[in-house]
Amino acid sequence: MYKSLRNILQRLENLFNAAFGQALNPWHHLGAITFFLFWVILASGLYLYIFFRTGVAEAYQSVEYITHEQWYAGGVMRSLHRYASDGIVLTMLLHMLRNFLTGRFHSYRWFSWVIGVLLIWLIYACGINGYWLVWDRLAQFIAVASAEWFDWLPLFSQPLARNFLSQGDVSDRFFTLLSFAHITLPLVLLLVMWVHTKRMNHAETNPPRYLAVGVVVTLLILALIKPALSHAHADLALVPGVIRLDWFYLGLYPLIYAWSPGAVWALVAGITLLLLAVPRLFKPHTHKPVAEVHLDNCNGCERCFNDCPYSAIVMKPRNDGRPYALQPVVDPNLCASCGICVGACPSSIPFRHNELVSGIELPHQLLTTLRADTDHALATLHGNARVMVFGCDCAYDVRALQAEGVAAISLPCIGMLPPAFVDYALHDARADGVLIAGCRECDCQYRLGIHWTEQRLARERVPHLRQRVSLQRIEPCWAGRQDGELAGAALATLRARIAQLPQEIPVDEDKH
Amino acid sequence: MSRPLQYFGQGVAFAVFAVVVGYLSTSPEYVHLPADNALVKLSFSHAAQHKMACRERTDEELAKLPKHMRIRKDCPRERADVVVELEMDGKQMFHVVLPPTGLTHDGASSIYRRFPVLAGEHNFVARLKDQAEGDFNFVYEEKVHLAAGRVMVIDFKADVPGATGFMFIN
Ligand code: HEM
Repeated sequence: MYKSLRNILQRLENLFNAAFGQALNPWHHLGAITFFLFWVILASGLYLYIFFRTGVAEAYQSVEYITHEQWYAGGVMRSLHRYASDGIVLTMLLHMLRNFLTGRFHSYRWFSWVIGVLLIWLIYACGINGYWLVWDRLAQFIAVASAEWFDWLPLFSQPLARNFLSQGDVSDRFFTLLSFAHITLPLVLLLVMWVHTKRMNHAETNPPRYLAVGVVVTLLILALIKPALSHAHADLALVPGVIRLDWFYLGLYPLIYAWSPGAVWALVAGITLLLLAVPRLFKPHTHKPVAEVHLDNCNGCERCFNDCPYSAIVMKPRNDGRPYALQPVVDPNLCASCGICVGACPSSIPFRHNELVSGIELPHQLLTTLRADTDHALATLHGNARVMVFGCDCAYDVRALQAEGVAAISLPCIGMLPPAFVDYALHDARADGVLIAGCRECDCQYRLGIHWTEQRLARERVPHLRQRVSLQRIEPCWAGRQDGELAGAALATLRARIAQLPQEIPVDEDKH
Repeated sequence: MSRPLQYFGQGVAFAVFAVVVGYLSTSPEYVHLPADNALVKLSFSHAAQHKMACRERTDEELAKLPKHMRIRKDCPRERADVVVELEMDGKQMFHVVLPPTGLTHDGASSIYRRFPVLAGEHNFVARLKDQAEGDFNFVYEEKVHLAAGRVMVIDFKADVPGATGFMFIN
């Protein structure tokens, strides 16, 4: 079941890749789009607040005014507010589903997951509260149904539903309270959204501009084609019989009557507990060893600290007596064992003659082993257009590319590859080109591996790829597990290009 | 994929997003109450009579009490259960025993129940007992016409001046 869902997702994403390209694929930016929709809701909501009046009669009238008299501005804003609020539920649930299906929810990610579960209910509380403010028949239904639902809990000495028996029971003060809640709850939501991304370094909270504009334009068109409208004014003497329900927010409400309030509580509690248990229930049995600091080779430069995708490294005062201010300390609970820190360390230089130990290392994937493997792979290369492939365990398995003139090594994440290893492979003409492969663009399993690799190779981020390395000899390839064709095409492009380049002449090792 | 085809694909993706959002934000319609139904809501909050009447303490009893609690009159605070019944067209719809609230069982008994019924003429009988002993001490009967889609509230008030018990607010 899990696997087939995962395959469906993969196929769907392939379709989107074809239309949007990897970098702009909306599936790769669902968290950021969800964040962005919050700002759309906030901005449109602020506009609505200018004209909204709190009061049993005034609330409805002011929303009618906004919708009809001021359809060109207020009406559009109301629709945008409504549809962005619906959209946020959709993107949030897809974001959750995708994180689940790509295995991004356990170990060091449990915190984001659990806070995410809290976000679901906060979003629901905000949305339901919003519908209530209009005080039309839908709001009346929500008010009465919510009260009847909560009355199932043994919390209140008097049933809450008694507050909605007749028109006179609902007061203006109550509306002031509701509109106050509609400001407070979203602020709490924003705070929790911030906490949600707190453990992620450089969390992507803004989607690419192209997608942001696309989403807003889409919602605006929808707002013009199908403006958000109210039902008739609430009247507690009448039952709202047929309701145009917003299923994103109110999908569970009919169940209060089809089943019972208690059954809906059981469902909500069950879903919540199940979601909270997901990080434990589906946790992998093996636990990879976490990164280890080797102070002998560390000068406290903070690059590992800056590049760690899960903020697992903190800089603390030096305690080994060496003349540096700081030293990195790894929090084993947060470390993803991705090795991005190893790729960031200035001591990760394979050219060293003495024993190769970096300032920070993965105990199960030592740099000295990586160098030995690289040496071994390079030694197997013969013929023209020889390519050394560095790949990533989470992406397309680059070992499948191995052939005459092509050798491949896979790392836990391509972000673990120190740029000096590219230089090392091309140096002395041991290879003619290097293919650098990783997950699909903007979909790195460890979030930042591709990003940092691209920047390091472009010499925009330390450690830089040395100037002497010709970028003509390097080809990036961002290919998911099933993207064999893409990887093959990237390899062919690189080989065709390097075949045109003049042959490098081996130089004496000692001159470097 | 060619550029125009890519733009077309993107348009389709955004359109699907809009259609899903636009459709589910109001559809399908939910029928909360069938068109030929009305709703009866039985709801009130009523403090029943005390279980036991007040009595005078004897001198011996008073002597046993701490000085600051020596009050001649002894009125146990515990209230009786409220028993309610609702009958429609000769058939019992509902019967419930509502215990008093509060730690010392001296609070009001409350109820809120909803009954969807077919619209039209109906004969309702509501009965309530708020004393420890005896039969129902409040009985009210009324023939009412319930219009489709309307709510009739059955309230009960006996402890405010002028109140006589059940009220059918239609
Ligand atoms: C208001 C709703 C939500 C917003 C705005 C939101 C936003 C985000 C953002 C911006 C990121 C960082 C993406 C990145 O930089 O890699 C993220 C990551 C994450 N979110 Fe959410 N999220 C929401 C709801 C949820 C929910 C409901 C869940 C699951 C129950 C969830 C689970 C996660 C997890 C596990 C990650 C970490 C992914 C990783 O490490 O690659 N989120 N979220």
